[in-house]
Amino acid sequence: MTVFGWGVFKGMLVTLKNFATSYFRKPDEGGIFTVQYPEEREKTIENFRNFPFLVYDETPEKIRCVACGICERECPPKCIHIEMETDTAGKPARRPAVFDIDYGLCMNCGMCEEVCPFDSIFMDHAFEVTAVPISTNLNKTVLDQKKTKVSAERAEGLVRHKEKLLKSNEYFREIRPALASAIDQKRKAAEEKKRAIPPLRHNASDGPVLGRESTGGQAQPSATQEPK
Amino acid sequence: MIRSIEFYIDMIFVTAKVWILDLLSRFLPDWMVVFASIVISSVVILCLGPVIMMYLTLLERKLIGRIQNRYGPNRVGKWGLLQPIADGIKMFTKEDIVPANADKIVHLLAPIVIVVPALMVFLVVPFGERMTAVNLNIGLLYFIAVSSVTVLPIFMGSWASRNKYSLLGGMRTAAQMISYEIPMTLAVVPAIMMSQSLSTNTIVLAQVGDYDLHWFIFTPWGIVGFIVFFLCATAECNRPPFDLPEAESELVAGFHTEYSGMKFALFYMAEYMNTFTLCGIAATLFLGGWQGPFLPSWLWFFGKTFVLICVMIWFRGTFPRFRVDHLMGFAWKFLLPLTLVNILLTALWQFTSDLEAWFWSILVLGISLWILVKLNRTFVPEKRKYLLVD
Repeated sequence: MTVFGWGVFKGMLVTLKNFATSYFRKPDEGGIFTVQYPEEREKTIENFRNFPFLVYDETPEKIRCVACGICERECPPKCIHIEMETDTAGKPARRPAVFDIDYGLCMNCGMCEEVCPFDSIFMDHAFEVTAVPISTNLNKTVLDQKKTKVSAERAEGLVRHKEKLLKSNEYFREIRPALASAIDQKRKAAEEKKRAIPPLRHNASDGPVLGRESTGGQAQPSATQEPK
Repeated sequence: MIRSIEFYIDMIFVTAKVWILDLLSRFLPDWMVVFASIVISSVVILCLGPVIMMYLTLLERKLIGRIQNRYGPNRVGKWGLLQPIADGIKMFTKEDIVPANADKIVHLLAPIVIVVPALMVFLVVPFGERMTAVNLNIGLLYFIAVSSVTVLPIFMGSWASRNKYSLLGGMRTAAQMISYEIPMTLAVVPAIMMSQSLSTNTIVLAQVGDYDLHWFIFTPWGIVGFIVFFLCATAECNRPPFDLPEAESELVAGFHTEYSGMKFALFYMAEYMNTFTLCGIAATLFLGGWQGPFLPSWLWFFGKTFVLICVMIWFRGTFPRFRVDHLMGFAWKFLLPLTLVNILLTALWQFTSDLEAWFWSILVLGISLWILVKLNRTFVPEKRKYLLVD
């Protein structure tokens, strides 16, 4: 037989217990699991991915990207824009002169990372991405032209150019250690393999950057695709 | 005259007031000193009310947060202590919106009027020894009369808003508050009977014991009266689980749907000040008011009151809202007969000796509770069976 009103006391005991234990229990044992965001952060897991960035090896000049344009073509929302650098003679230099990614358009799918044969573009862990409008004072004239001008500024604000997209391999190793070390090993193995028999396959040797400059042909990634 | 230091701490506020009046009486006529005494008391109350209200909101949010495994406000100031001030500034800067078809004068008046009774009842609350602002000999009657005015401005606001949710909330308020006033008033009667006075001060003094606790709550009629009074007080200030007038999930925000900015804040202020005064009166009537050992009297009063307020907040964190018919049934079919039985118990207690009184009280209480519970059983219709046609 249940006593009249017993359920009320049982319910109150539950909340009282919750109240008391919230002071000393750990988050995973039923305590407060709030993460005080700007001061505390949850550890990001390795496979967390957000916006793409470009990897360079030692210095920003030694960029892995060869401006082949595969990611540009594969990108579903078409947020990547690449222009290849040309030398004075007009010969393609196999490195990007312009590499823009519109973060405002990017849908974080990671297709670019998957299709890249040069292990050059990867998804970043940085999620605090903001756009800084060029003019922040929205006076009346600006508000009048809101439709054209302000939105254009905002759109420009989220476009990341090559300088901002470039991040070092050390950084890559830091945020995604397992993937980065695997890729490093593959690249090293490929380089050694290439160094073992270089003159037989490739006659031209005009200052190779990572031994890839000598492959000739524009979009012919077969030589470097095998390590992937 | 040598007195202990406890006495001076106890009397610190009384002494401060007397000292100020003494100072004023040197260069002011007598009638001005009387006037100054009134002004000092009312200024203290007028400051105390809103400050208490502000920090009750913080306390409530903190406790509810902990109950729900959250931190509650902790950003503005240390432990969120400045949060009420930030809220106040926010409320002041909000736009004041009046519906196009509203009765503008009544719409404006309602939040102003509701604060008046909420502040007026502070007059008879004994905050400590000799710390009742006005020692009325009809203090309790005054308290009940003034606090029952609260239903009017709420209905004014709901009617003037010209909004169906407001009106529904107002109707519910009228029904609920008038219903719960009856058991609340009757629950107070035993305390009046035993102390033979309506003055809140005398009621506290009637609970003075030498060393044993002579509080009314330690008698069978006292505990029943206290529980009924406390439940009715929760209903009177529209707090969960009796928050039907402002049921968010049903009525948007109930009677204050169409209020914004400072007007909305005034409704809230009245609600929290009512919470405080009702808990204060409950402590006065049944928990011995400002009495207690070691600590100064005003600290005892605030301690008891805040414990009661915490229990109200605890209720809020625990119980879901009543259904309308259950709410009314609880007041009329359970609390009201129980208070009547309780008055009988008080009489029994008065006219029988100690042990015999306990025996009769428990017997009568047990039987009447059993009968009330049996009679209040909710009618559950049998499950209908639908025969499928072949």
